[in-house]
This record gives sequence, C-alpha cells and structure tokens, in this order.
Amino acid sequence: MKFPIIRTAGLDGMLVTFSDALSEASNRATLAFCEAVKASAWPGVQEVSTSLASVFLRFDVNTLRHETLQERLWELLSQQDWLQAPLPGGRRLWQVPTVFGTELAPQLGEAADAAGLSEARAIESLGTARVRVLTIGFAPGQPYLGPLGAEWNLPRQTELTPQVPVGALVLAISQFVLFATTAPTGWRHVGQTGFRSFQLGSQDPIALRAGDEMIFTPVSRSDYDRFCAEDSRFGGASREEIPA
Amino acid sequence: MNALKVLRIGPLVSIQDQGRPGQLQQGVSRGGAVDLLALAEGAALLRQSADLAALEMAGMGGLFEATGPLRIALTGAPMQASLDGEALAWNASHQMQAGQRLEIGAARRGVYGYLHLGGGIDSAVMLGARAAHLMSGLGRTIALDDLLPCGPDQSSETGLGLTPEDRFQGGTLRIVAGFQSDLFAADVRARFAETGFRRGSRANRMGVELVSDGAGFAAEGQLNILSEIIVSGDVQMTGDGKPFVLLREAQTTGGYPRIGTVLPCDLPRVGQAQAGTELRFDWVSLEEGLALQARHDAQMKSLPGQCLPLLRDPAHMQDLLAYQLISGVVSADADPFA
Repeated sequence: MKFPIIRTAGLDGMLVTFSDALSEASNRATLAFCEAVKASAWPGVQEVSTSLASVFLRFDVNTLRHETLQERLWELLSQQDWLQAPLPGGRRLWQVPTVFGTELAPQLGEAADAAGLSEARAIESLGTARVRVLTIGFAPGQPYLGPLGAEWNLPRQTELTPQVPVGALVLAISQFVLFATTAPTGWRHVGQTGFRSFQLGSQDPIALRAGDEMIFTPVSRSDYDRFCAEDSRFGGASREEIPA
Repeated sequence: MNALKVLRIGPLVSIQDQGRPGQLQQGVSRGGAVDLLALAEGAALLRQSADLAALEMAGMGGLFEATGPLRIALTGAPMQASLDGEALAWNASHQMQAGQRLEIGAARRGVYGYLHLGGGIDSAVMLGARAAHLMSGLGRTIALDDLLPCGPDQSSETGLGLTPEDRFQGGTLRIVAGFQSDLFAADVRARFAETGFRRGSRANRMGVELVSDGAGFAAEGQLNILSEIIVSGDVQMTGDGKPFVLLREAQTTGGYPRIGTVLPCDLPRVGQAQAGTELRFDWVSLEEGLALQARHDAQMKSLPGQCLPLLRDPAHMQDLLAYQLISGVVSADADPFA
C-alpha cells in the first residue's frame, strides 16, 4: 500500500493515514498535517483530530461532499513532504517519578522476559526512554507514548487484565499508555506513577497534548509514596517548555 | 426551582444529553444518550430543544416525587409508569403537581427508557455537556435522595402523545464499509451479512456484543494493527472474531479491527435490543447510507408535528374532575376530550 491514503470512516468521517506502522516520522507528519488542516478552516469541517498515524476529519455531509473534501485533502497533501515536516511548537517535556515492577506494577518481569532482557536492563531501558505523546485517546487525556525500541514490540495480551489503576504505565507494540482512568487493558502493566492525566474540575483538566514528551524516571517505593503525598495531581512530575 | 426527588432508583440510571462532540483530540468520546431518537421524541412532546438533558433508565426506572409543578415526558423503551397510582401513557407528556409521585418500573420491551423534564435537567455541565460518562469519570449513576432540578420551562403544554418508530425488537442494521473493512476477506464480509446474530450477554452504553453459531469473523494480523479512531456504529471484532457494535460512549481509539460502521439512524435498534434479540446486517453503499440517514434526519425534524393530544376515553378518566380543577397548569385551549 502506498501512503498517504484517504479513506472514509462511517458516513461523515474522513481519515488521512501516513503509515500502517508506527514511526517517528509518520507520527510527526500526522501532527503537522493536523495543524495544517485546522489552519485551512474549510467550511463544513466540524472536527479534526489525530490518532497515531492518521488525521481524522468529521464533516457536515449536507454542505460538504465527500469528493470535494477528498480533493482539498489531496491538494494539501501535495504541498509538501509531510514526513519531513517539523513538529508543531508549544510542546513540553514532563519527567514523571515511576516505580517499575513490584506489586504496584506486577507485569514488568513478564514484559522483560518477552523482550529478552533482565529486569534491571528493562528498567534501565524504559526508565531512560524519552517518548513523545503520539496521540491522546481511548479515555479523556490518556496519552499513547512512543516509539520505544524494537525489543518492546510485544503483542497485546489475548486476555484482558480486568483493571489497572489511574497512573498505570502499560506497554505493548513499542508504546506506553499512561492510564488516565481505572480500566481493563490488554497491555502489560510495567510501571506505576502518581500522574493524573485527567482531573475534572481543575483549571487544566487535560494535562497533556499530542507532541509533548515524557521521561519515566525510576524511583523507590518510598520516594514514590512521598511524591504522591506531596503532589496528588502529578505525583512529583516536573514540566518544562521544549524550545522551538 | 422545581425538581424531582429520587425516592427509589434502578441500578443504571444516568443523566444524558447529546454528549460531547468535537473533543476527540483530547480523548473525550462523544457519549450522550444511547437512543437519540428518544431524546428527540421527548423534546418534541415537551415543545423544547433536543439539546436538553434527560434521565436515561436502563431496564428499570424508579420512584420520584415532584417538589413543585412540573412537566414530564416518557419515551424510549416502554416501561410501566404511574402517577400517584394512576397508569400513565408512555410516549406522552404529562403534568405533575407538588408532592405527586411518579413510579417507573421495568422495561416491557427494549432497554433504555427516558424521563424528560420540562426545561430539561439542569445539572452541572462537565466538559461542555451534562451527560454522565462513567468510564471517563464524568458524572455518576443516579442515587437515592438525588434531586433532579428543572431548567427554565418555556412551555406549559402537556397531554401530547406520539407513535414511536419501533426499534425495540431487533431487525436489520444497515452497515457501510470503512477504512478497515478490507482487512477482512470478501467471503468473510459476505458471510457476515448472511449470518443471523443474537444480542449477547455483554452490553452496555459503550458497546453491544453479538453472538452467532458457526465460525467467527477474523481479520488478518488481528492483534498487531495500530490503534485507530473509533466512530460510533463501528463493528469491532475482538480476538476471537466476535462482533461488538460500538455505541457513542465507546472509547475514542481502539486496536481491534472494524469490519464496517452501522448507520447512526440504526444505532437505537442496537442499544434497545434486549439479550437474545435477533439482529442481522445489510451492507449498503455510502450513497445509500447517506440517503437513508438523510431520510431519518428529516423524520426527526418532523417529530414536533407528529405530537398530538392524547386520545382519552372520558369513561376511564377517574381523575377527570381533578384534571379540570387544576386548569391553571393546563393550557387554556387544550381539550381533554379531543
């Protein structure tokens, strides 16, 4: 299949896809193209959002024909090589204290085995990775993060884990998800943080934006407990602007 | 402010409205009422906007007491309903007086019944809507002693009824192909439309499981495709090739492949199917789907004109005198014998 491709989603959705596999470049293209579509402000387009490697548009089918929208999207796609596009500005780096393994995150050992690493090497690998918020999805404010190295390209479990807590760092297919809610998952629970990506009622209920970067710094259980007690929203995470 | 006080309540009752469109980029799924047609019917019966919030009752209602005079309408899955012991018509609007008790029992057909208040339910707005979205931590189910406050009521008309479109006993769901349909072999897609399904035991506001006899409907590379945007109506195949129809409260993205998307106008039929109800799929082209949806949208717009005064037999109106004596809350030109 030759990318990018444009396909329909339901009756009133259009999906522009840059790759069928996750890569840094295809995600960067997605974020940049999303900004360009928003800036175009085409009449009839009701919503623009991104997934890992696609831009989704929802539009009013009564005022904008599918063919017309497809033509506009192809025209915009042809204007530059989106795989070479820079990341949008206004991004932040978050460093989040994280307990890897222990009873707080019981699947680290299993994931390390599957990746062919000792637990110590696994923590070193995961705890130093600087990952990007590839997209926000599944639940309010919940980031998909990556890409991690190829050794972490582990399939999802066939059976769901009935429940992981808020702040759980789970892993599959070379990505993390940092759970924003308590939910079942088919991904492996390798770390635990005190970071709440979504908190209703706070000034900024959704903390992260696609394009932000994160580092999950390994800490001891006692440090984790102290961070959580001192900072119930972000569990001791630090935040800084990434220079453009 | 007039309100309904909750004296008894079923386990799965929540405030719902049109939900939260436009926030997918923040991971906020649209949510809102499972049966949007019921929301439009209630709005038409009360002569008000379909954007107002109502009470969605899954399977079982509750007992409510009015703190002051207020209007109600009942739509969606028909449930046993009575006002101070007098049976109330479903798919109709009614007047309640202070202290009167409204009892809503089990669904006779379908799943989701709706209780609408004149002026809507004026509860707190969260991320732009009043709809509870339980998985997202927005709102909660209704509990004993909750107060459901009415918003400002712009009308006083009651005693209207309408004949609803029957979406409570399954049937055929029209489905269009989408961006992952060709992950499924052509013969699998054909067999999908030839198969009779039953609603399975797993169903909630996020999605509805369908079961069938024979082989499942697996795609290639099922466990390793990239997570992708979900639109409501998507039919997702889980690892064992079992279809789930995803409803508006589904998560915003998902990694299971989707064979196609059920038309929005057929989604009430999915949500309102009780366990065991028979459902099947019919592939339609995008053009056919758009035309069917446009016809449905026009029908929804015409609902206010379909609301007519309830036909009541005076011989069965034991409350007739009381009804007329409280004429201050009945429209002066309403004719109870019409």
